[in-house]
Amino acid sequence: MSGTPAPVLVLAVGNPSRGDDALGPALAERLEAAALPGVEVITDFQLQVEHALDLVGRELVIFVDAGVGTAAPFEWRPITPAPDFLHTSHALSPEAVLATYVRVRNEQPPACRALCVRGETFELGGSLSAAAGEYLEAAWRALEHACRSH
Amino acid sequence: MNTHTLETAAHPERLRRVVIEPLSRVEGHGKVTLLMDEDDHVQQARLHIVEFRAFEKFIQGRPYWEVPVMVQRLCGICPVSHHLAACKALDQVVGATELTPTAEKIRRLMHYGQILQSHALHFFHLSSPDLLFGFDSDVARRNIVGVAAEYPDIAMQGVLLRKYGQEVIRHTAGKRIHGTGSVPGGVNKSLTAEERAALLTEIYQIIAWSRDAVRMVKRLFEQSLESYRSFATFPAHTLSLVRADGALDLYHGGLRARAADGRTIFDHVDYDRYWEQISEDVKAWSYMKFPFFRALGPDDGWYRVGPLTRVTCCDFIPTPLADRERREFLAFDAGRAALATLGFHWARMIEMLHAAEAIKDLLHDDDLLGSDLMAGGKREARGVGVIEAPRGTLIHHYRVDENDQVVRANLIVSTTHNNQAMNLAIREVARQYLDGRKLTEGLLNHIEVAVRAFDPCLSCATHAMGKMPLSVQLLDAEGAQVDQLVRG
Repeated sequence: MSGTPAPVLVLAVGNPSRGDDALGPALAERLEAAALPGVEVITDFQLQVEHALDLVGRELVIFVDAGVGTAAPFEWRPITPAPDFLHTSHALSPEAVLATYVRVRNEQPPACRALCVRGETFELGGSLSAAAGEYLEAAWRALEHACRSH
Repeated sequence: MNTHTLETAAHPERLRRVVIEPLSRVEGHGKVTLLMDEDDHVQQARLHIVEFRAFEKFIQGRPYWEVPVMVQRLCGICPVSHHLAACKALDQVVGATELTPTAEKIRRLMHYGQILQSHALHFFHLSSPDLLFGFDSDVARRNIVGVAAEYPDIAMQGVLLRKYGQEVIRHTAGKRIHGTGSVPGGVNKSLTAEERAALLTEIYQIIAWSRDAVRMVKRLFEQSLESYRSFATFPAHTLSLVRADGALDLYHGGLRARAADGRTIFDHVDYDRYWEQISEDVKAWSYMKFPFFRALGPDDGWYRVGPLTRVTCCDFIPTPLADRERREFLAFDAGRAALATLGFHWARMIEMLHAAEAIKDLLHDDDLLGSDLMAGGKREARGVGVIEAPRGTLIHHYRVDENDQVVRANLIVSTTHNNQAMNLAIREVARQYLDGRKLTEGLLNHIEVAVRAFDPCLSCATHAMGKMPLSVQLLDAEGAQVDQLVRG
């Protein structure tokens, strides 16, 4: 990393070719197009240990992901460090990324929260479901507002 | 009890069933079922993997030039491997029988970046907790944060090795994910002098950490020699790519197959006609196929791929530090570490060191800055690309029609190659550790340790929050739940 990082980081995860798993990348794409000042967008298939280093120097980090069993259309979740490694495999939860941050940086992470948008189907090759399309619109308004109001 | 007999129990209706679903820290949908009799003797052990046969349908019908980007979405763990294997196959379709030096070296750099970051993830994040704390240590401690708490330098090195590999990929593929750097016939960008300089500043530290990681695995072997030597270990035939001179080459080569007793089954075979050597068997109880060498048949012809195979079956490694470590590995414990399933971890770190050295050598090659990026030639209707992905041999095979559409696709991923070997590994664990004992989380983790040694990637890039709870269910023969363990 070089230079001063943008104060707000939006870390969106998901696979654009797995149905509603595309919610995260779709929101990231809109946010990048909006080019809000002070906001950086990173998209990845899934969270990993090295994402802990992307959090360095931020004031606010927003994780964006599709959620299974999430209340429609979306939920805001507070995120705090937790060694929550056990319900996923190669991928990490946002809480686990923060826990990794704490351990490797020996300091508390920046303020973080997660925008979890309800997903319905996650099949390879599937497109965004009609329901998720509606959730996307609602989540976009919330995400844009959160970034602009920081 | 013979390990091989545990595939199918004689009277499953009288047995109780233990299901481990999905395997923690194994990507995708993996499930292990154990059938136990009333005295807790294991009568059947099977690894089930829900393979995505939708792969081929996902690709068929698309223009061939879209495929190298689309296939990255098959797998969120090793997208670069699919990207490059697809490009190698489609090089043949566009008639690029030989790439320009810049194109081949940029692709190699990308590939070694992928090997580095993938092996670092597997060892530091997925496997080191088991190895450092013990297979049946406290489950709450057995993760990267647990490692970071007790071994902060090791945890930090794991994160930074990952980060460096990702930076190599970003500079060569154009982006951190969904890269477009490699295209049929070549690449669409080379490195700038600034990009090369940025990568060079860190590579010597990366090599040093990689070397430390090899030595750490060696120390772990020395500390637990008896159990590491035998854990989930069994003889296996092997398959890997090797360079024309027998060297380890993870990007390109001919196919080499060795029997468990060391004799050569075939060597330097052109992978363009891989199906003349390899076929796939089907079993009623598994979604995933079971590849085998045609010459030996489905019962005896199964084989193992991946780091352990590659490091032990090549004649040498063409970078000095990794080759020295390879020779030490082969000689250790009178050669028994190189036969052990946990030897995968040692071999994986040797490959990580090789990847770091190969990246260093490539970064000193001015061809990386060249502008001659594309090659072409006589158009062909089909192409086969094979690459040694982090987890093993990866085959992409396409047929393209006159409208540039892919009309047939066949992919054989490393997890499929290792299907039978992983099944034998869990049966060996069942025999060694579970048979006749009351099951506990720690004992069941032994099953996962065996599977994790192979680092199967089940190609599921879906990871939505709440998508993968882990539960271990003990059911009776009628399917009624008797007990349950829930993690996380």
